[in-house]
Amino acid sequence: MPDAAPSAPATPDKTSKLRGIARDAADWLLQLLLSPFAEIGALFKLLWEAVFWGIRPPYRARLFVEAMEFIGIGSIFLVSLTAVFVGGVLALQLVDGFRDFGAENQTGAVIGLALAREVGPVFAALMVTSRAGSAMTTELGSMRVTNQIDALVTMAVNPVQYLVVPRLVAGFVMVPVLTMLFNIVGVMGAFFVAVSLLGLDPGVFMDRLKWLVDWDDVSQGLIKAMVFGVALTLIACRQGFYAKGGAAGVGRATNRAVVQSAIAILMLDYLVTSLVLGQGFF
Amino acid sequence: MKLFRRNLVRLTRAPLPPEAKDDPIHVRIRDLHKSYGEHHVLKGVSLDIHRGKTNLIIGPSGSGKTVLMRQLIRLENPDSGQLIVNGIDFAQLEGLDLAAMRRTFGMVFQMSALFDSMTVFDNVAFPLREHTDLSRNAVRDRVMDRLAALGVAAAAEKLPAQLSGGMQKRVAVARAMILESEILIYDEPTTGLDPITTEMVDELITEAEEMFGVTSIVISHDMASVLRIANQLSFLHEGQIAATGTPEELLHTDHPATAEFIRASRVSMD
Repeated sequence: MPDAAPSAPATPDKTSKLRGIARDAADWLLQLLLSPFAEIGALFKLLWEAVFWGIRPPYRARLFVEAMEFIGIGSIFLVSLTAVFVGGVLALQLVDGFRDFGAENQTGAVIGLALAREVGPVFAALMVTSRAGSAMTTELGSMRVTNQIDALVTMAVNPVQYLVVPRLVAGFVMVPVLTMLFNIVGVMGAFFVAVSLLGLDPGVFMDRLKWLVDWDDVSQGLIKAMVFGVALTLIACRQGFYAKGGAAGVGRATNRAVVQSAIAILMLDYLVTSLVLGQGFF
Repeated sequence: MKLFRRNLVRLTRAPLPPEAKDDPIHVRIRDLHKSYGEHHVLKGVSLDIHRGKTNLIIGPSGSGKTVLMRQLIRLENPDSGQLIVNGIDFAQLEGLDLAAMRRTFGMVFQMSALFDSMTVFDNVAFPLREHTDLSRNAVRDRVMDRLAALGVAAAAEKLPAQLSGGMQKRVAVARAMILESEILIYDEPTTGLDPITTEMVDELITEAEEMFGVTSIVISHDMASVLRIANQLSFLHEGQIAATGTPEELLHTDHPATAEFIRASRVSMD
């Protein structure tokens, strides 16, 4: 019987395979940890470009008006509808909860404060994200994958100046306006539920609201709304502007834009509140 | 050197140096390189684009044609090399100089890239509104003249989605030519079109050259189309120009990859 051929040592091969797997895993983990910073970096780069091009002529007034109409006027119905029900459900919960210890007279005050400081700006921004933010990403993404943005460049028109700047300015201006609308309609919804359906005294409701809510509370909400307006339009534009991979890529970009905007709004909400109140830092 | 006259709003086209008008070579591409990560796509492309002629760049898929086109109009920055247009190195320009120089070029994209939210009229008027101070009437007259010359005046109020592929190409040419650019670049103009529309687009390229006296650069892999319209033909292979000359010269080339590409296309000058 002939001698068996000596088999090659398996250990170095296995070791190099394991090293390869470990290296891939480390790469993946590092990428996972760094990708949010890369995304934030890309957003700030686009913001810087928008500021740079935003202060330079030509100023295309028509584009600003169109963007404001799309983001602002187009969102009035959605914001009003959600405000009515948010105000109504707040009244329903608070009257029910406060009645347990006889404090239902404070319902108007608490609702007013909650709407002005938190619920108004956050809900208005989320509604704008779901309606206008996703549409902006889809529009810019489609323009990217069909070479329309490249066409702008070849016609010596800066695409950031033409497409991003008007939308950013519109977000900055119109989200606070929609927040004020949300606050007003939300109070009306709460008033209707608390007074007409649950029997609270209308005078007490409005008196308590005026007593607790002042201009500082409203302005805190408006500052947040401005920050949210810039953040959500910036994220929507960034995702659309750099979309790739055809129709599926545009779909993924839109999905990312909505998720990122919602997270950014809630995170920025805490950050801005901490800054305005001067407390709550880590 | 400042290439532009700037009134804070309008960019004018880079002025044409007097000696450049008589130069038969409109664009000189020299040793152009472009890489994406470790993938070296353009490996030292050198090519002359002839003034007032239809210059075709052909090559198999993946040879770098579209990458070359994107460098030509500076949609991307080349890693190294020169793009000399009218005696000025286009590859070195930045900012407003670059924007002014871009007005020398018009671009017709593969899928036309018309703005789908605008009518045909607004698409063609767009460059005029952006870069000139013409009155509304003057813009209307110029746009309608150009649309009429290209046979699409009746579609002025339609949206691009309402037009056929051939008509979209005509509108794209009208838009690319409205500022009287000297050089018109077509990226795969006949891809995905039926034979009749392909022939129409070929005629359109020739018409545009004859009517407006432009230099045409056509990126294509459609050999039948190429032989109908080309004055100058260059074969791009693995990131370099492998052969260049008239169509007749390339049909009888002994460069193996070029000869194989032409043989596989089953075309002849007949």
